Amino acid sequence: MASQPSSARSPGPRRGTSTQAVHAGENHPKPGFSLTDPIFCAATYTFADTASLIEFVEKKLPREEYGRYGNPTERTVERKLAALEGGEAALLYSTGMAAIAGLLLAKLEAGDEVVLFDECYHRSRELCVKFLGKFGVVTHQVPACDYARMEAAIRPRTKLLVSESPTNPHLSVVDLERFAALGKKHGVETLIDATLATPYNVRPLEAGIDYVLHSCTKYLGGHNDLLAGAIAGSREKLEPLRKLRGVFGLVSAPLNMYLLLRGLKTLALRMQRHNENGQAVAEFLAAHPRIEKVYYPGLPGHPYHDVARRSMRGFGGLLTFQVKGADWRATSEVVDALRIPRIAPSLGGVESLVEQPIFMSYHDFTPEQRQAVGIYDNMIRLSCGIEDSEDLIADLKQALEA
Amino acid sequence: MHLRTRAIHVGNERDPQTGAVVPPIHLASTFVQPGAGRWGEFDYSRSGNPTRKALQTTLASLEAGCGALAFASGMAATHCVTMLLEHGDHIVAGTDIYGGTYRLLHKIVNRAGIEVTLAPSTDPGAMEAAIRPRTRLVWIESPGNPLMSITDIAACADLAHRRGALLAVDNTLATPVLTRPLELGADVVMHSATKYLGGHSDLLSGALVVRDPDLLKRLYFIQNATGGVMGPLEAFLCSRGIKTLELRVREQCRTAARLARFLAADRRVARVLYPGLAGHPGHEIARRQMDGAFGAMLSFEVAGDADAARRLVESTRLFQLAVSLGAVESLIEQPAAMSHASYDRTDRLAHGISDGLVRLSVGLEAPEDLEEDLDQALERAAAG
Repeated sequence: MASQPSSARSPGPRRGTSTQAVHAGENHPKPGFSLTDPIFCAATYTFADTASLIEFVEKKLPREEYGRYGNPTERTVERKLAALEGGEAALLYSTGMAAIAGLLLAKLEAGDEVVLFDECYHRSRELCVKFLGKFGVVTHQVPACDYARMEAAIRPRTKLLVSESPTNPHLSVVDLERFAALGKKHGVETLIDATLATPYNVRPLEAGIDYVLHSCTKYLGGHNDLLAGAIAGSREKLEPLRKLRGVFGLVSAPLNMYLLLRGLKTLALRMQRHNENGQAVAEFLAAHPRIEKVYYPGLPGHPYHDVARRSMRGFGGLLTFQVKGADWRATSEVVDALRIPRIAPSLGGVESLVEQPIFMSYHDFTPEQRQAVGIYDNMIRLSCGIEDSEDLIADLKQALEA
Repeated sequence: MHLRTRAIHVGNERDPQTGAVVPPIHLASTFVQPGAGRWGEFDYSRSGNPTRKALQTTLASLEAGCGALAFASGMAATHCVTMLLEHGDHIVAGTDIYGGTYRLLHKIVNRAGIEVTLAPSTDPGAMEAAIRPRTRLVWIESPGNPLMSITDIAACADLAHRRGALLAVDNTLATPVLTRPLELGADVVMHSATKYLGGHSDLLSGALVVRDPDLLKRLYFIQNATGGVMGPLEAFLCSRGIKTLELRVREQCRTAARLARFLAADRRVARVLYPGLAGHPGHEIARRQMDGAFGAMLSFEVAGDADAARRLVESTRLFQLAVSLGAVESLIEQPAAMSHASYDRTDRLAHGISDGLVRLSVGLEAPEDLEEDLDQALERAAAG
């Protein structure tokens, strides 16, 4: 039921990322010849007569019918995301978690198995282990980027290999071609959550990955003012996901979709700045006497620096660091002393954000559980926005040296 | 803090009640008061609205002013300034100005018995000669629209003040990223926020920024009394756009400079008007007055007649045929038929806005893609 952009004066196929960000997926001309996409706040759509309705239900006439199955503004964003990812199709959901839940629930049955690299957003892990476990799905977690252990965990009922890349908050980078090859070798599909990279920095579908997932709440929306999730892949693979989305009603609201569409226009620009800021701040911290360790793919000492350099255009604005010899309280003092980044969950917006993982996301874990997943009391996660890097560095300096 | 940091944080402080990182959108038209005759900060949205106030705070910071006012459109902002004047007063305005401003001054403001003289603001002698004892306001744009003329703002401010007039500068095309007229002595900065500030072609808005608190009070009184205020949804979208203002403007300027050079070297193009080109009459002033870049607007004339220009603007694929400017999508237009159609034709031609002039607003598309688009369109225009 996706509508096709008309070709009159359309910008054409393969073009630069920024051109794609501004124009890809959009109809030319638009309703009313408006330069921008109207916001379709419609719950339902009308038919001129019974004959048109019959044409529609007999699948001869693709068009909208009801808000839960999709919305023109949402479809424009889907086409744009598909183009940016170099894929055939994309699906938008109300949140990133709705997207991953929507995919897993569409693909898995009781008795199926999933293998996860264990460095990931804690709610994704919780969804698999606790929630899907109720429905008889078995989840195996293996250490991040241990391809041998992942391969060893594949069994006859394994349906999906899942990882983030880069991972949150350790910024490990997956060798996507190797990951995709592993899946293909065993007839198992692969899913990569590329939220921290965005299609500006890497396009997993082009490496042979089956599904790429985003929390659009982060860099894609870019302004911390909307929640959304997306999955991109082939039209054929996404079809069952689209159907289930319509059953569950996990669609994204039109006003949200407009804000996402607007944010995407400057994706390339913003990511260039995030990449620059992330690198500059990581380098500053790595050289600072009070810092024990910095996790950022752009640093030569990072375990996955080579993979990252080979496969990514840039490394984003998110980085994690540990304060030397600091207990949780001394670490909190650094966080509290910062003036520009605000203490908040989430990441990837124009304003910098900061958090101490032991409180923000891992508060319910015991110290042993935290250690097991590499979360330490002296750890700080920083999402560098697009402020001037000199201002961010000066702020970090005063907070560390207070 | 640098402009790009302030653009993100000033006026966007976290919501104290909820901690929301982005301030909420206040749609309320009215606000509950503590007591009869006792007033909270906000009472009626025309007089003040938290979302509009947040944007005004940001704008004042970016333009280095003491305060700002946000309007329903650029024209509402311009009109507000003219309403400082009285019957019998006089205005001197530049000749390279937006058609809507021309229309306001010659067809509306004149009805109040306020006279207007146009003089090229690039010519200090002509400007001085146009000033009369009752001149209260000098109005200029730099870069001007559509000829990209460059006016020495500091010199104009001097002149205006010596003769007892205010200087107002429409800073829409330069934006505070490149030029801050208040720092050069101007009294009022005006913006069509519809353009670069909003940046995404999805809101209509105007703004005034001043550096004198007394002038701010007088303009606020007029705005409150006449009601041309900006809506909160637009203010929200505008604040959002401003967060990437510096990024967008600098990138668009880089691309425009490249396209200007491409066109200047092309034999199908008769002349190119872009302040960044060494041959541009205002190039030296622009180098002083514009911070590291020369804007993302340029105009040019194709070899051939007005019909060739028309064929050109109808042949581009990425550059869309539309009025307005300053947003992420590249636009192309023919001022004689579009943005400056409200000029009387004799005036328009006298001021150098020929029938064959083409104006480009350079967006965020990749420069290679835009160059290719112009190239094929020039070919079609030449083919006839």
